[in-house]
Amino acid sequence: MNLELSEEMIMLQDMLSKFLNKQYSFEQRQTLSRNGIGYSEDNWQQFADMGLLGVPFDEQYGGFGFGQMGLVVVMEAIGKGLIVEPYLASVVLAGQLIQQAGSEAQKHAILEPLIAGEFKLSFAYVERQSRYNLADVACQAEKQGAQFCINGNKSVVFNSETADKIIVSVRTSGETISQSGISLLLVDKDAAGLSTRHYETVDGLRASELSFNNVMVAEDALVGALGNAYEAIQTVIDSATAAVCAEGIGVIAQLREKTVEYLKTRKQFGQALSDFQVLQHRCVDMFMHEEQMRSLAYLAAIKVSDGEAVESRQSVSAAKVYLGDARTIVAEQAAQLHGGIGVTDELDVVHYVKRLTMLNSLFGDRDFHMQRFCEA
Amino acid sequence: MDLNYTPEEQAFQLEVRAFLQASYPADIQEKVAKGIALKKADYVTWQRILNDKGWLVPGWPKEHGGTGWTPVQKYIFEEECATANCLRLVPFGLVMLASVLLKFGTEQQRQQYFPDMLQSNVWWAQGYSEPNAGSDLASLQMRADNKGEHYLVNGTKTWTTHGHYADMIFVLVRTSQEDRKQKGISFLLIDMKANGVSVEPIITVDGMHAVNQVFFDDVKVPVENLVGEEGEGWSIAKYLLQHERTNIAQVPRSKKQIQRLKALASNEQCNGKPLLEDSSFRRKIAEIEVELMALEMTNLRVLSKLSAGEPPGVASSLLKVKGTEVQQAITALLMEAVAYYGFPYKKDVMLDGWQDEPIGPEEAVFLAPHYFDWRKTSIYGGSNEIQKNIMAKAVLGL
Ligand SMILES: Cc1cc2nc3c(=O)[nH]c(=O)nc-3n(C[C@H](O)[C@H](O)[C@H](O)COP(=O)(O)OP(=O)(O)OC[C@H]3O[C@@H](n4cnc5c(N)ncnc54)[C@H](O)[C@@H]3O)c2cc1C
Repeated sequence: MNLELSEEMIMLQDMLSKFLNKQYSFEQRQTLSRNGIGYSEDNWQQFADMGLLGVPFDEQYGGFGFGQMGLVVVMEAIGKGLIVEPYLASVVLAGQLIQQAGSEAQKHAILEPLIAGEFKLSFAYVERQSRYNLADVACQAEKQGAQFCINGNKSVVFNSETADKIIVSVRTSGETISQSGISLLLVDKDAAGLSTRHYETVDGLRASELSFNNVMVAEDALVGALGNAYEAIQTVIDSATAAVCAEGIGVIAQLREKTVEYLKTRKQFGQALSDFQVLQHRCVDMFMHEEQMRSLAYLAAIKVSDGEAVESRQSVSAAKVYLGDARTIVAEQAAQLHGGIGVTDELDVVHYVKRLTMLNSLFGDRDFHMQRFCEA
Repeated sequence: MDLNYTPEEQAFQLEVRAFLQASYPADIQEKVAKGIALKKADYVTWQRILNDKGWLVPGWPKEHGGTGWTPVQKYIFEEECATANCLRLVPFGLVMLASVLLKFGTEQQRQQYFPDMLQSNVWWAQGYSEPNAGSDLASLQMRADNKGEHYLVNGTKTWTTHGHYADMIFVLVRTSQEDRKQKGISFLLIDMKANGVSVEPIITVDGMHAVNQVFFDDVKVPVENLVGEEGEGWSIAKYLLQHERTNIAQVPRSKKQIQRLKALASNEQCNGKPLLEDSSFRRKIAEIEVELMALEMTNLRVLSKLSAGEPPGVASSLLKVKGTEVQQAITALLMEAVAYYGFPYKKDVMLDGWQDEPIGPEEAVFLAPHYFDWRKTSIYGGSNEIQKNIMAKAVLGL
């Protein structure tokens, strides 16, 4: 057994830290987040140049084959820098879905430009009624000759505004809540009949509502077997869930560090706030949560890489439960311990707090994953 | 013990209900129900309606315009107001300054300030906190030097809620340096339009502007704007802490929010069924309901003591800590109820409501910002840590 990061992973980590230190200050992040498309295309190209966009993909498609552990390293840095570029949407979710379910031809045609930073994807899987159930798909696609005709809606689709294509989960047969009968279709972002509503999210990212009105796509837009996409979706969402747990480590570590630093400098009653034992204990709770979160995130990554279904599901859900707990133990306490400035827009800590909080609502909240853990 | 309202109290409850139904403006009620940001005009409109009815300041003595209600009547009024989605009155002038002027002010000051306060002509802000004096309020640095006719005021106040709306501000200032920091503090009333006063907005976590930093640069304040004696400021501040806290637990409001949460959860779907039928979600609501039930009864016990003429004392610390915990827990569940729909952030909607088709449930877009914003309740008004320090010392003798 060896639970240390490999040399390659450490190099990746170093490269990412350099990038964050050099060109991803909080102020730069806020400027990106609040203007234009919500991130920097230049940064995206740099991600491509650094090889980040190929981290989880097999070498035969131009990737690095670093798998889930590679994603852990990248996502922790994304958390640390509150990075707004669409890595989760394009690489972790949609790119991996192509790798998981796509045909050889699709993988070559899509992953290569994706890894080069020339092509972006996003994945539409949430619906008004679906909550966190991936099988709750009402958006329909009907086979009409050599085409599919799509009708329905998708919600809170991250970074679809800047994606070249959107992968959409659709129902091609079966009841609304049924694992069978779900298919994946690649839709052009400018497809006729597709209307979009783009918006900022509470945590400084971008998302959209999509509405499909007789959107026609060719037969070869199908990714994976007809009606059989559920398992691939589940596998990729599990990988993404494990990945955001790694992102969570980065966010938690920043909150712990910044809170401890603040308590040491802020004086009230003639002493540093860090002298108050009750506040020390809160920081220690954050620290313990950070270590345990790291353990569960690593475990989830290992199990996801191993691919054994039950253990993988269970460890991913365990990690996500822990990430949900970080809201009260880390995010709320970080805000509280900063006093008044802990609720101001100007302070970086507040934006880490927001991200950590919103992570609970991504891919299933604490309740959802506790339930899934029980059932696994 | 008897939990039931007396026939007189029941009659009063019906009277309040009928009045609110007839007189509370529908547009304000809609804003409060949905969480849309309130404007100064909304507060003024409702305050004037209440004043016309004679119900604006239940806490004041009758001779100054109070209602003469018993503590139970006041509670009933609060409860009915919460049920009707009434806006929460801004306490700075009507509750805080008023009780200070009643106890420490001169008759002339009361004559001067009360009528405009009651008619909502003059808007007050509270200037206590400074950048380096938050929990440790007594370390405040803003200076007022007595120049005979006037004080010369220099320094800054921060977190000033509604400072940008305010015509007047009451502040704690240092009028002399003494051996203890609690000494040499005075209570002063300052015209926000005076030369040398400037206001900088502070944008909070929800993207909204409600608080400000206020700067005072060689501001001349007439000596008659001193309340009480020079150096008496700290006693006044402590007095206020015990008297500004009647509705501190916010039980009626939390009950209303629980109703709202249940309504929302019965409309949201989870695996094809209403979320409210999901056992783990239902259980989480129940956890809060149990806390709230205890809190309501504790609050009523305090009220019952008040009716018997006993002061609330440190009970207000308990009510504050538990009250804010319950409120914050509800904001978290409201946000959880809408799952992914907590993500969209629409500032224009928070200010004016949806002008087009809502994204997801109509109220969803307000819920995450509201959750983040409500973290403030355990920070201001004496943070929850400070309240626990008070209880440790004053109740437990630690
Ligand atoms: C939205 C909002 C509105 C406000 N409105 C007003 C207003 O209108 N007028 C006004 O005067 N003020 C206002 N305040 C200020 C508020 O009263 C202060 O924020 C509060 O007193 C805390 O002070 P601080 O922010 O300086 O935090 P600090 O005092 O620096 O506290 C930071 C943290 O340390 C903890 N801490 C401090 N001392 C101790 C101790 N001895 N033991 C254990 N823990 C401790 C605190 O509980 C907190 O968690 C407002 C604040 C907010 C957030």
